[in-house]
Amino acid sequence: MERGGEKQKTVKGSDVVIEHVRKSFGDFKALDDVSIGIRKGEFFSLLGPSGCGKTTLLRIIAGFESPEGGAVLLDGKDVLGQPPDARHVNTVFQNYALFPHLTVFENVAFSLRLRKAPESEVKARVAEYLQLVELQAHASKKPAQLSGGQKQRVAIARALINEPSVLLLDEPLSALDAKLRQHMLIELDSIHDKIGITFIYVTHDQQEALSVSDRIAVMNSGEVLQVGTPQEIYEAPATDFVAKFIGETNLFEADVASVSGETVELRTDGFGPVKVTATEPPPVGSRVSWTIRPEKIRIGLEEPRSARNGINAVAGVVDEPIYSGFQSKFYVRAPSGLVLKVIKQHADWSDEGPEIAWKDAVWLSFSAEDAYIVEVKR
Amino acid sequence: MNRPGDRAGARALGSAREPGGLYAAPSILWLTVFFLAPLAIIVAYSFMTPGARGGVEWTPTLDAYRAIANPTFAKVTLNTILVAIGATAVTLIIALPCGYYMARSERQTLLLMLVMIPFWTNFLIRIYAWIAILGNEGFLNDLLLALGLVDESVRFLYNRGAVMLVLVYTYLPYAILPLYSTIDKFDFSLLEAARDLGASKLGAIVRVLLPNVKGGILTAFLFTFIPIFGAYAVPLLVGGTESYMLGNLIADELTKSRDWPLASAISLVITLVTTIGVLLLLRANGASTLGGSAGEASADGAAPEPAVGGAR
Repeated sequence: MERGGEKQKTVKGSDVVIEHVRKSFGDFKALDDVSIGIRKGEFFSLLGPSGCGKTTLLRIIAGFESPEGGAVLLDGKDVLGQPPDARHVNTVFQNYALFPHLTVFENVAFSLRLRKAPESEVKARVAEYLQLVELQAHASKKPAQLSGGQKQRVAIARALINEPSVLLLDEPLSALDAKLRQHMLIELDSIHDKIGITFIYVTHDQQEALSVSDRIAVMNSGEVLQVGTPQEIYEAPATDFVAKFIGETNLFEADVASVSGETVELRTDGFGPVKVTATEPPPVGSRVSWTIRPEKIRIGLEEPRSARNGINAVAGVVDEPIYSGFQSKFYVRAPSGLVLKVIKQHADWSDEGPEIAWKDAVWLSFSAEDAYIVEVKR
Repeated sequence: MNRPGDRAGARALGSAREPGGLYAAPSILWLTVFFLAPLAIIVAYSFMTPGARGGVEWTPTLDAYRAIANPTFAKVTLNTILVAIGATAVTLIIALPCGYYMARSERQTLLLMLVMIPFWTNFLIRIYAWIAILGNEGFLNDLLLALGLVDESVRFLYNRGAVMLVLVYTYLPYAILPLYSTIDKFDFSLLEAARDLGASKLGAIVRVLLPNVKGGILTAFLFTFIPIFGAYAVPLLVGGTESYMLGNLIADELTKSRDWPLASAISLVITLVTTIGVLLLLRANGASTLGGSAGEASADGAAPEPAVGGAR
């Protein structure tokens, strides 16, 4: 085994460059000219709905599928010609794919046995990696005797023991229940911190992707729509799809009325004039889509005093209040009939405002800095 | 296997006694009449004196077993074991890739039909078809002569090779079907996992596929080895003196020598050898999966999920 990883103390793993990769299954275009650059040691997520091509891309990196065109470079070397067993990349499979006839120990030892490592090394290494995933006590069990979370951890240990430079994770938490998923997510994150190699994580769950990724690529219909940090993806979605797919949002169309610096005044279809932010403001008269996150809107019974310039205020009536424990969601209908979603965290002792109930007339206010232009339609 | 029946029965009858036996009555009756009773008769016959024109005279003797202890019998037994092991091995080696291909194919129904088509023709007629192909004036020799590849007919028939060929041909479907049904239930993503961890294509099959379809392989082995071990018609029709098997020996003792006790003793030897062999195999394979794999090859052959806690 090469020990290259140990020389570079700070960042291990490989960078992965995907260039113009195309892949179809019959008439279905799974990947349409996909290019992504993934940095060394990064926790990178491929996020998108099912059928968006994220798993196909992962399988191409692993070597289980070959694309019709393009290149996959690991540390600058094209690996497309190499079979899966020759790539220094390991996979954690969606259904774990543990070998049912082998014990936990032998599952983890599988790749060491393949290259005929001496028994002493096998014992030490397997013990080390079982400890990493806290499964020492279960070494002699068969996979059928393990819980879902334990199987998941065996799969992770088995994939890591070969010291790959990239770990591919194919929806590794999708088979677990919600609570366990949260727990395993935190564990994955801490394993990534300890091992320090590149993780490529495929998921359709935006919450998972947002909470652990260094960067995320949002995919849909075989295309990459946006690559960015979780904050960038959430706060400044590049397309309508990204805005709607990540978190909850309000997405509307409007015409650009005037531009001053990065602040753009929109003539909206249902709320009157609204000020929003755009890093590259479109020309006056453009048709655009704009978005404001529900939690960035303040809801109150009184008209806000527009102390600062750039606060938008909209009047409406509560159509539907939805209580969900730590927060409430309100669907507020403006006079024009358009509905805005608003999320209000539940009050602590300092909040003296009255309860907001069904059919209350309310005022919504939000800052121009929190509202963004997403797409320019024409 | 009939545990659900036990429970259902207990509920239905509401009695304190275990009523499970009642549900097994038909099969117990069947086995008694058609298996245990004939076996008992054979055992009894083997210890009697041969009658003048067949049958037995009820004078106990060990003559039949003394007669077994002669070199001719040992030679035939050895030949039978060799042919059975050889033909079974060849059958399995052909059946494994066939079953694998069928399980991965998108046209499983068609392929299943193709495997089963030979069953539509009578077994003896299929053997005669082989004679028509391999005979001295058969199709194959005609072809070779016409092409000028040989000057005179090749003697394909009436040797051990011909017996093995026709045995393999006959029992191949019995091996393919359980293998197919087991491999069909195999999770092929395990092969990808093995490749991912550094195994070659062949390595993944040897280390991951084969251990997980062990039950199917065992079933296929039993379905071919046992009937081949008792083969009679195939060696009779396409074999020669050197490929004489135990089945033929029994038939000769019964019909030509009229020594029923000896025929009984020989068939007991066959029963004993196969039973011991099967038990050893089952034990090596972990006894828990045996009933399922031998009894319900098509439905249950795989038994891939070891019972929790039952791992040895």
